[in-house]
Amino acid sequence: MSPRPLVFSNARILDPASGRDSRGALLIENGRIADMVEGGMSGAPADAEIIDVGGLAVAPGLIDLRVFTGEPGHEYRETLASAGQAAAAGGVTSFLAMPDTTPVIDEGAMVDYLQRRAKATARVNVLAAGAITRGLAGKELTEFGLLQEAGAVCLSDGRQSIQSTGLLRSAFSYAANFDMPVFHHVRDNSLAGEGVMNEGPLATMLGLKGIPGEAESIPLSRDLALADLTGVRYHAAQISTARSVEIMAEARRRGSRATCGASINSLTLNENDIGSYRSFFRLNPPLRSEDDRRALVAGLADGTVDVIHSDHDPQDSEVKRQPFGEASDGAIGLETLLAAALRLVHSGDVPLLRMLGAMTSRPAEILGLEAGRLARGAPADLVVIDLDYPWVVKEASFRSRSRNTSFEGARLAGKVMRTVVAGETVFAHEEGR
Amino acid sequence: MPDTASTEALRASTPFPHRHLLGIAQLSPPDILNLLDRAEAMIPVSRQERKSLPTLSGKTQINLFFEASTRTQGSFEIAGKRLGALVVNMSVRTSSVSKGETLIDTAATLNAMQPDVIIVRHSAAGAVELLSQKVGCSVINAGDGAHEHPTQALLDALTIRRHKGRLAGLTVAICGDIAHSRVARSNLLLLGALNVRTRVVAPRTLLPRGIDQLATEVHTDMEAGLRDADVVMMLRLQHERASGRMIPSVREYYRFYGLDEEKLGFARPDAIVMHPGPMNRGVEIDPAIADGSRSVITEQVEMGVAVRMAVLDALLSGGAR
Repeated sequence: MSPRPLVFSNARILDPASGRDSRGALLIENGRIADMVEGGMSGAPADAEIIDVGGLAVAPGLIDLRVFTGEPGHEYRETLASAGQAAAAGGVTSFLAMPDTTPVIDEGAMVDYLQRRAKATARVNVLAAGAITRGLAGKELTEFGLLQEAGAVCLSDGRQSIQSTGLLRSAFSYAANFDMPVFHHVRDNSLAGEGVMNEGPLATMLGLKGIPGEAESIPLSRDLALADLTGVRYHAAQISTARSVEIMAEARRRGSRATCGASINSLTLNENDIGSYRSFFRLNPPLRSEDDRRALVAGLADGTVDVIHSDHDPQDSEVKRQPFGEASDGAIGLETLLAAALRLVHSGDVPLLRMLGAMTSRPAEILGLEAGRLARGAPADLVVIDLDYPWVVKEASFRSRSRNTSFEGARLAGKVMRTVVAGETVFAHEEGR
Repeated sequence: MPDTASTEALRASTPFPHRHLLGIAQLSPPDILNLLDRAEAMIPVSRQERKSLPTLSGKTQINLFFEASTRTQGSFEIAGKRLGALVVNMSVRTSSVSKGETLIDTAATLNAMQPDVIIVRHSAAGAVELLSQKVGCSVINAGDGAHEHPTQALLDALTIRRHKGRLAGLTVAICGDIAHSRVARSNLLLLGALNVRTRVVAPRTLLPRGIDQLATEVHTDMEAGLRDADVVMMLRLQHERASGRMIPSVREYYRFYGLDEEKLGFARPDAIVMHPGPMNRGVEIDPAIADGSRSVITEQVEMGVAVRMAVLDALLSGGAR
């Protein structure tokens, strides 16, 4: 806790929850936003530290709903501490840790462990997702109520997708019983088969097995029908195809409360980035066609796609520097999330507040968090952004323990200058790093 | 063509402007013709009594086969030895790869032995290209997953050209397991580049999405696919992969897609029959046709040695290095 009050003055305050985009100042006291005014702060306490941000943007800290770490079990890939540093550098003040660890976060004691470790070592808020099924095996339900009591904010089987419709129905019904959101990765394993990239001419040309878009859209339709049936708070963890966007839009039209997310990779890259077998672009879901990407971006702009997440998935070079078909899926993304998303703003495809909302207020609403907005009384989790700052992604400067970025060498505009969690600065930009 | 090998004829060849042979996709039509002409000049070397043309003497060739292959590995070995290279076969099954060493580690290890060329076969598409990025010598792709098998396409083109006197304007039907076939992909690329009319013929389950962008025509019926074809190229059915899911049974496959007298009757009377081997007699091809007068299958094997000699010579004694 920062004992001394803090004032951010001369700021462009961006608050997606209220639609605010105006010049003003913020007063932070006791880890919360004590006051927020247009123009200058007149009634600040005498001992307050005043930070003139010189007209830069101040926005709520980002809430990333899909982050894999290696703790416990694979600490050489990422610890909660290193993920926390990466998050802070990326302006992410809260992230949802996926339960795919060793052992799996599938019981209350593991949720408790994760939270204690995070509190002791990570400088950002780490939220726990409890597994839906024991060992992520897709067979038996975990103890949802006990997971919730221990602090799990939602349920998810992480990278795994439950294949049994009957089990899903049970899971959704039982989760509704505790009013717990369910984040489900949609993938029909028998349709995806041994596929490693988007099915189509490019896969055929490269001699790689393809994953058809239907491996996502068919289970998505099934999940939405079950969500209607059970009343669960359903979140399609990540969608990647134009057809899935249509299916979500159609569900909304008939009044569904279901939400969905898309990874920053799916929103800003396409299958052509694989080039000649670049395994750092091997992802799950796979990078799709440019038409799919554009449909996702349009869905983001019109609100059909609720959330943008990093899908931060650290993998070491042993499993990543392999022939494409034999490499692991996944790319890190915490440190590039915001800047990559700003590409869509700079290109004129998505309005700034809408884009920020998809990483702040919408995820907060889905999980029922009080963070994710700039308002009197809200937690002082915020980020100072230079929206136009030009930089080139260099893997060597990452805080993450893994180096598997899909943005190496990318020229990005927009950078986090300072990240504040509960009133404390956890990251400040240094020129030259 | 002269009956004896002439070093002068080879020396007169156009330099080959590539360091590696990773796929047909990287070659221009002149590059392809360059290799075919060089291969043509190599044929007499293997037909003379002293089958030797030591242009690669003092060079080291490593055959690195992660998938077993008697035919291709033997062909590369003979090609290298006839050119005077020191040829080493690395037996991968018993090597450290099975102990978890990565492909990149293997590349670094071999590279330290200072080879001049590494011939690689691997079950993963793109693996040969990945290895080529990590070594300081030439690399030849001897087949990577379902991606490419460039020397096979070259030897097929050479065989066709010798029988038909030309390539441009011919119609070549490639039949069978297109989905899993690197031979089909390399052939479609090579023949397409030289203005050959290509057809793929297979049941829909063995036709990968987007194959219409590689082939001139796509057929699911052998009669339409073979009609007036100059060349019928059969592919090996990858039983273990296809059986049960992609095709219900071998007998049904043979009934509709196996090359028998009746189906071959749709092709031109002078059509030749090819197969990259090893054949499944009675699965994709009637044994009587495989061993019959229109079959050029054993000649393909002979051309394989000539093509591989030509590729080795082009990469190692050309001016590009």
